[in-house]
Amino acid sequence: MEDILRIGPREIRSRLFVGTGKYADFPTMKQAIEASAAEIVTVAVRRLDPKATGEKSLLHWLPEEVTLLPNTAGCFTADEAVRTCRLARELGMSDMVKLEVIGDPRTLFPDTEALLAAAKVLVAEGFTVLPYTTDDPVVAKKLEDAGCAAVMPLGAPIGSGLGLQNAVNLQILLESVKVPVIVDAGVGTASDAAIAMELGCDGVLLNTAIAAAREPSRMAEAMRLAVAAGRAAYLAGRMPKKLHASASSPTAGLVG
Amino acid sequence: MRVTVNGEARDVPEGATVATLLAAMGATGGRVAVERNREIVPRAEHGTARLAEGDQIEVVQFVGGG
Repeated sequence: MEDILRIGPREIRSRLFVGTGKYADFPTMKQAIEASAAEIVTVAVRRLDPKATGEKSLLHWLPEEVTLLPNTAGCFTADEAVRTCRLARELGMSDMVKLEVIGDPRTLFPDTEALLAAAKVLVAEGFTVLPYTTDDPVVAKKLEDAGCAAVMPLGAPIGSGLGLQNAVNLQILLESVKVPVIVDAGVGTASDAAIAMELGCDGVLLNTAIAAAREPSRMAEAMRLAVAAGRAAYLAGRMPKKLHASASSPTAGLVG
Repeated sequence: MRVTVNGEARDVPEGATVATLLAAMGATGGRVAVERNREIVPRAEHGTARLAEGDQIEVVQFVGGG
């Protein structure tokens, strides 16, 4: 049976979401996105660079079949984030946005109060809102109650590659909301992505882990496999942990 | 007539529309979105939306991001 992730009105088959930032060049990015098999790809909204046309434009290099998920990275107020989302909708003709309202430039941690305020405005305007948030289950529930289509808690600071720093909080968060939970930020390598999926997260969004790998397209493939493996392990249901050994081979019929 | 485009002052002819401005900026080929005085100017209105003295214009595009 097909394992489909539903976010708002969308049906998504790949649970790995990838970013388009920090690549050495566009061809490397394109290869990595293709190797990731991601359907949802994040992009940023910035003032026009008139020189960035044709082969110098990001859109030229994105596979046609991907769905763009514009972010509001760099926005420090709800107002800036809302304006950026409106521009993104006009640019992309899609109402799905990755909402970020940053509260601190050093850690890039979200300002969850402003995030919630922006989410309410955007939901009322018909956006499908995917907020980048902390791993605080109470905030996640408030975002769900505000009408967000998913919540995207950080595993560790953006671009840190530290892996999931608070798996317990993520587990409580998973129990606290019904909307999809996508770990966004902090994943450094394949096992981090697999752990997120094994915990029961619905997807993983990452950028730097692929872009900053020595071979980005190979890491993209590793992430695709890790997300699929972690998801399968979650669905299969892991065995209970036991303190002591339990022999796998029969104890009867031993020679001698 | 003077307007501000992406934070920089710019002179545009009287009667200029958003489309006139975009053409002057060389933004005819790519996908852009326009905000005037904090309100979106829908693509369908670029040809008819006339600029006014002092307008604050933002012209944006998609770039790589996470």
